[in-house]
Amino acid sequence: MTPASDPVTATSLPIGSDADLAWVRHQVRRFAAELGFGLVQQTKLVTAASELARNTLIHGGGGEALITPVTDAPARGLRLSFSDTGPGIRDVELATTDGYTTGGGLGLGLSGARRLVDEFTIDTTPGEGTVVTLVAWVTGVPAARPGSG
Amino acid sequence: MTFPTPFPGSLAAVPVLVLGDTLLVSLQGELHDGVAEQLQQDIAHRVAHSEATGVVIDVSGVDIVDSFLGRVIAEIAANARLLAARTVLCGMGPAVAITLAELGLTLPGVVTALDVDRAFELLRQDASTAAPGEAAGCT
Repeated sequence: MTPASDPVTATSLPIGSDADLAWVRHQVRRFAAELGFGLVQQTKLVTAASELARNTLIHGGGGEALITPVTDAPARGLRLSFSDTGPGIRDVELATTDGYTTGGGLGLGLSGARRLVDEFTIDTTPGEGTVVTLVAWVTGVPAARPGSG
Repeated sequence: MTFPTPFPGSLAAVPVLVLGDTLLVSLQGELHDGVAEQLQQDIAHRVAHSEATGVVIDVSGVDIVDSFLGRVIAEIAANARLLAARTVLCGMGPAVAITLAELGLTLPGVVTALDVDRAFELLRQDASTAAPGEAAGCT
């Protein structure tokens, strides 16, 4: 089996400033485009990444994003993990409720990001940190042609 | 501003253009959180200290609007309204609209138009339908 010349490999990015958030968005967009996500899916994925990366920065005190292309033949997708060593989330159910916020935002970050992707898991230990992982799969639905939107 | 800059040029303040009695803000590309917050303050000051009665925010150049930027836009509109100006958000692409709605952020208090032309048209209509005495009430 010859893996097609695959320019996309797992990438780890630091999250320590709002400039890093911009860079994470940029890289997620690049991976998603290379994997063949349509424009709407790309936009959802980048938006979810932006929400989660900002949580890592603001609530977790910084951390890292891990971008990994995944395959479950024939499906192709992208897995994003956002990890921090911050205070953790005491009540995950509450934290993923629309409108719940501790950070002065709209409370849509976690709950909204979950709606934008196919798989979403939160692994958190109070006092030790949080890892939020999401996966989105390239859908078979023909994507909007570039330039048509 | 001490954070490192992976993108050159992305930390520049967003220019606010004055066109008659309307302020035009065109958001482009990657917008850092700090820049967006600065813009919010800039617009509030400009509206308060100018003749501006309208604000047009063009987002045709941005790839995503997340909950942070969405909140900034909603607050710009709320600030402007409190300062006696109307805000029209325009230029949103379908992918961004679909994503925002799914995110749960539909900006209910913000007037929208498809493009800048229509945004200005909306503001003109608002101005011409306002009672003359009302518009001049404070001056």
